Amino acid sequence: MAEMLEVSGITKRFGGLVAVNNVSFSVREKEILSVIGPNGAGKSTLFKLISSFLRPTTGEVRLKGERISGLAPHIAARRGVVRTFQETTIFKNMSVRDNVVIAHHLRSKASLFGFFLGTGKAKADEAAFGQSADEILALLGLSPLANETARNLPHGHLRALGIAIGLATNPSILLLDEPFAGMNHDETMRMVEMVRRLRERGLTILLVEHDMPAVMKISDRLVVLNFGQKIAEGTPSEIQANEKVIEAYLGSEDEAIGL
Amino acid sequence: MTSNRNMKIVSVVAFLAIVFVAVPAAISSSGRFDLYYTLTSVALLSIASAGVWLTFYIGRINIGQGAYALMGGYVSAILVMNHGWSFWLTLPVAGLFCAAASVLIGLPILRLRGVYFAMVTLVLTEVARLLALALPITNGAKGIVSIPLPGALSVFGITLIPDFATLQNSRLAFYLLAVTLMVVCFAVMYRLVNSRIGKLCQSLQQNEELASSIGVNIAYLRIIAYAVSSFFGGVSGAIFAAISQSIYPSSFTVTDSVNFMLNCFLGGLGYVFGPMLGTLVLYFGWDLLFQTGQFQLLIYSGLMIVLMLVLPNGLLSLAEITRKKG
Repeated sequence: MAEMLEVSGITKRFGGLVAVNNVSFSVREKEILSVIGPNGAGKSTLFKLISSFLRPTTGEVRLKGERISGLAPHIAARRGVVRTFQETTIFKNMSVRDNVVIAHHLRSKASLFGFFLGTGKAKADEAAFGQSADEILALLGLSPLANETARNLPHGHLRALGIAIGLATNPSILLLDEPFAGMNHDETMRMVEMVRRLRERGLTILLVEHDMPAVMKISDRLVVLNFGQKIAEGTPSEIQANEKVIEAYLGSEDEAIGL
Repeated sequence: MTSNRNMKIVSVVAFLAIVFVAVPAAISSSGRFDLYYTLTSVALLSIASAGVWLTFYIGRINIGQGAYALMGGYVSAILVMNHGWSFWLTLPVAGLFCAAASVLIGLPILRLRGVYFAMVTLVLTEVARLLALALPITNGAKGIVSIPLPGALSVFGITLIPDFATLQNSRLAFYLLAVTLMVVCFAVMYRLVNSRIGKLCQSLQQNEELASSIGVNIAYLRIIAYAVSSFFGGVSGAIFAAISQSIYPSSFTVTDSVNFMLNCFLGGLGYVFGPMLGTLVLYFGWDLLFQTGQFQLLIYSGLMIVLMLVLPNGLLSLAEITRKKG
């Protein structure tokens, strides 16, 4: 399988603190790869580095061979690396459908001025975005809520909306930031199903997550971070048997790594 | 859908009929020609307020519109007085000059949010006033006076607008000019807000990080919105200078900047026509309270506070509330 995303020797220092230290791994096409680690292991920083919200101190991130680290976030998004947010970050005062429609912005062929004048191209864009938004809402089971104001949605649906927004940008790789956080068992299982469905549609997925049972269930491979360093990489069963990983999670080893 | 559309067309036609036909007819029959000046001011102030509203729409509190109105006034006055330009040419030039200046100023300051942006723009108005005092070209505190009235505007030998100095009633001419520009300005705003650009602006207002993660070039969009806003400020300032035939450093002060913002608040930040209604109500409200003498400011500010508590989404939200109840 071809490599989609390549992280090589990436390091991020905040003053004297080394949040991410010389981490390398790669994500293959149509793979679900999870980054796990105890609190403060540098997962979120790594996530921001990959989505270009932070600039690495050294090292680089490549998408299909092209360097994307150090670019502005909107440029990285244009190249195909799109993130969702840990908090339920959505456009609160728009309808659910508008949230998804606006997220198609990247695909627009018309210019801003074209939209102002309402040219043929702009109208074609609008129609196409609306259709695609309806498809995405149906895929994620949000169709019945399409006209609801986004801030009124229940927690689980908000997360789904966050993913719908990500999907609308038509990414090559979708980065999910703790998609299962704060969910009960049923909601988690539904989300696991949803993420699998995305992969079946040909998407590559990188997720950062705390919820070990869900991660073990969903991932093809895992990368484990501790104190900013990669301590292990492999399939779920390899990771569960890894000495270093057990050590890192010492104290609550059985439950925490889903044994 | 079509009935909605018909409704819109009817209201636009009604509005145009009122401002272009009914108001002048009423004024000439009642002989209250001073109202022309008042209404012209309202129209011009609402153009500047529309600009402020647009910056609100991208999530920035703008208390600096006075700076651009002052700048626009001086640009027009200087070009007319020192370089002999036609007023009609200086009008767009003043707007563009302000837009260009706002791009330079906006590049660093639009990165700020919330109260920090508000404070910097507040200072901007004061900086503009001090600059006007200090620069040799603006003639200091004496200002620029005796600016000639706008001359004739002719294209290919056809006179589109006659020379204001030859008119019997230049007040009516200024009124028509201001109202026409107001209509154009709000038509542009309406289109802007109801096209995809409006949705993009909303996305900035609600969550800049997310907007950027779905590929919106937030810095670019912010600059565009701020430049359009300042363009409106500059144009309205230029006409003010032409009407009063003078411009001073104190023509637009921090108070004006604050008023532009209040107009938007009062009308409603969620409605394109909010600044227009807000300006009208605020301007006339202030004048009406004149009879209360020393209590004018007290009553005025008290009413403002009550209005903001009761109607936080502005006067236009009243229409929505009644619609829901009915």
